[in-house]
Amino acid sequence: MSNAPVTSSNFGLMAEFGSAQELVAAAHRAHAAGYQKIDAYSPFPVEGLAEAIGFHKNRVSLVVLIGGLIGGLSGYALQYWVAAITYPTNIGGRPYHSWPSFIIVTFEMTILFAGLSAVFGMLALNGLPMPYHPVFNVPEFRKASENKFFLVVFSSDPKYDDVGTRSFLQGLSPRMIAEVPS
Amino acid sequence: MATNLQIPAADRRVPVIAPGHTFSTITDKISNIVLKRPISIAWILGFLIMFSLTNMLMVALGYLFIKGTGIWGINIPIGWGFAIVNFVWWIGIGHAGTLISAILALLRQTWRNSINRFAEAMTLFAVASAGIFPLVHTGRPWLAYWLFPYPNTMNYWPNFRSPLVWDVFAVSTYFTISLVFWFTGLIPDLATLRDRAEHPWVQRLYGLLAMGWRGSARHWHRYETAYLLLAGLSTPLVLSVHTVVSFDFAVGIVPGWHTTIFPPYFVAGAIYSGFAMVLCLAIPIRAIYGLKDFITERHLETMAKVMLATGLIVGYGYFMEAFMGWYSGSKFDSFLLWNRLHGPYQLWYAALIACNIGIPQVLWLKKFRVSTGWLWFISFVVLVGMWLERFIIVIVSLQRDFVTSSWGMYYPTKWDWMTYVGTIGMFLTAIWLFVRILPMISIFEMRTLLPEAHVHEAVEVEK
Repeated sequence: MSNAPVTSSNFGLMAEFGSAQELVAAAHRAHAAGYQKIDAYSPFPVEGLAEAIGFHKNRVSLVVLIGGLIGGLSGYALQYWVAAITYPTNIGGRPYHSWPSFIIVTFEMTILFAGLSAVFGMLALNGLPMPYHPVFNVPEFRKASENKFFLVVFSSDPKYDDVGTRSFLQGLSPRMIAEVPS
Repeated sequence: MATNLQIPAADRRVPVIAPGHTFSTITDKISNIVLKRPISIAWILGFLIMFSLTNMLMVALGYLFIKGTGIWGINIPIGWGFAIVNFVWWIGIGHAGTLISAILALLRQTWRNSINRFAEAMTLFAVASAGIFPLVHTGRPWLAYWLFPYPNTMNYWPNFRSPLVWDVFAVSTYFTISLVFWFTGLIPDLATLRDRAEHPWVQRLYGLLAMGWRGSARHWHRYETAYLLLAGLSTPLVLSVHTVVSFDFAVGIVPGWHTTIFPPYFVAGAIYSGFAMVLCLAIPIRAIYGLKDFITERHLETMAKVMLATGLIVGYGYFMEAFMGWYSGSKFDSFLLWNRLHGPYQLWYAALIACNIGIPQVLWLKKFRVSTGWLWFISFVVLVGMWLERFIIVIVSLQRDFVTSSWGMYYPTKWDWMTYVGTIGMFLTAIWLFVRILPMISIFEMRTLLPEAHVHEAVEVEK
């Protein structure tokens, strides 16, 4: 996501909330007010929070499907190529292409590739590893992994301006508002 | 998308988390074990004992590499011996971790949230211990990579029709997926440790591992999808692993191995021994680290019930083996049954029946399910029993097969025992380190158990 500051030297404005309910409500209102470049942070997955900031679909499932298909097909293809083409061996009089024997390795390769795609696909789509992010500059943000909930409006949002956005966030009655330095 | 692991706590009979906890107290309690709690003398002493056992394993393996498998008790006809007995035992123990983390997640069993982390760690360490055995049993472990298909100058490829090659794929996939599943679950908690650590190097270490996790709603959304899919993928995987292990036996024609009941019977036995190991570890750990609020009596009782149920499936397996020995009319099968009951290993078989079928039946009584002392003892008995089961399956079946002239006896040597006990030491060394280095209970999943974590529920309450 390109978050180059447009109208501000800040990276964005951060509002802190005390509960998941308050955060979801605030995120809904910020999204409804037309803010696009916003994000919400919570110490555990909160139901409906992603939808509240306008994020409905993720592509992890698609990545996993593709990974699983590649794993399964390549697993089977490898066995077919080895057993029937490049290194045919007579094992107990079975046909070279003895497909029932190939199912297990095909299955394991499907799971292996799909599982690795799930993890690495999720990390890649999330842009992780990313050891530094401007939100970490706010000291209170440490509590985002414990018991506090945060809403950030990024300065790259077309509607963003330092004063107007701050007063909008103030209207959501947060615990505090902090500037996120870029 | 409603993929989430936060299940409304509809069942309010017995709490899975003691009352009075908040997001902060949960975080404090679990992360302080890693970050604040001083290292006790008892921990150091225990670690030294376990670490010496690990070193004993190293000695046993070192001598094995010098001398070869002749130092073991294996012979012809019993070519498999302790290596395969211990391999099957360890890998079975690992199954409970995946069952708890994957299958119970799909079934939305909230009580799993407080035991899945260390059950998964247990899986990893158990599979690592298991992996040693087939590797060294090959006799030339430095050539074990020949089992994998890779282009080579010998123009050789593995035989994909062999269950032993299936096993290589099943076990290595199982280990890899268990590792990434466990690590994925750890990422948000590593971020918690990063944010709470005071020492800069500790911060950096956890920060490196957390990879910059910041709890963004978009990240959680993808994370939950990935976690759910991993659970869905691990479920058939865990059932397949012990199935494939059982194929190592069932595809052979040896009486006592060549049966169709092996896959389900092996899987049930794996879960049986795995839950026994989880209980054996959980009971002392929750007492020592004061985690009785998170691992409550309800957890112990539920695990005892799972153990009882899987134990009955295993009992059915034994019964079917005996029944088929008689019903098949095959003299080799019926001789196997006779040999188990009256042969040279009859005491081992009697001990197996007592440990796996007899003693655990007391779990029908609530009194034994909620008494930690009894439950620990019964779990230990089950672990012994499941080891005996693999001993009976491997040794007694090979010991007297079709041709009388090739009958033999198996006597494990001190090197066999040192290797076996050494892997137990290695497993416990890893557990010892794990409880002090990583959060042994999933902090973020525990947070989701609190009622205030549920947005919709709370809104309804307000109305």
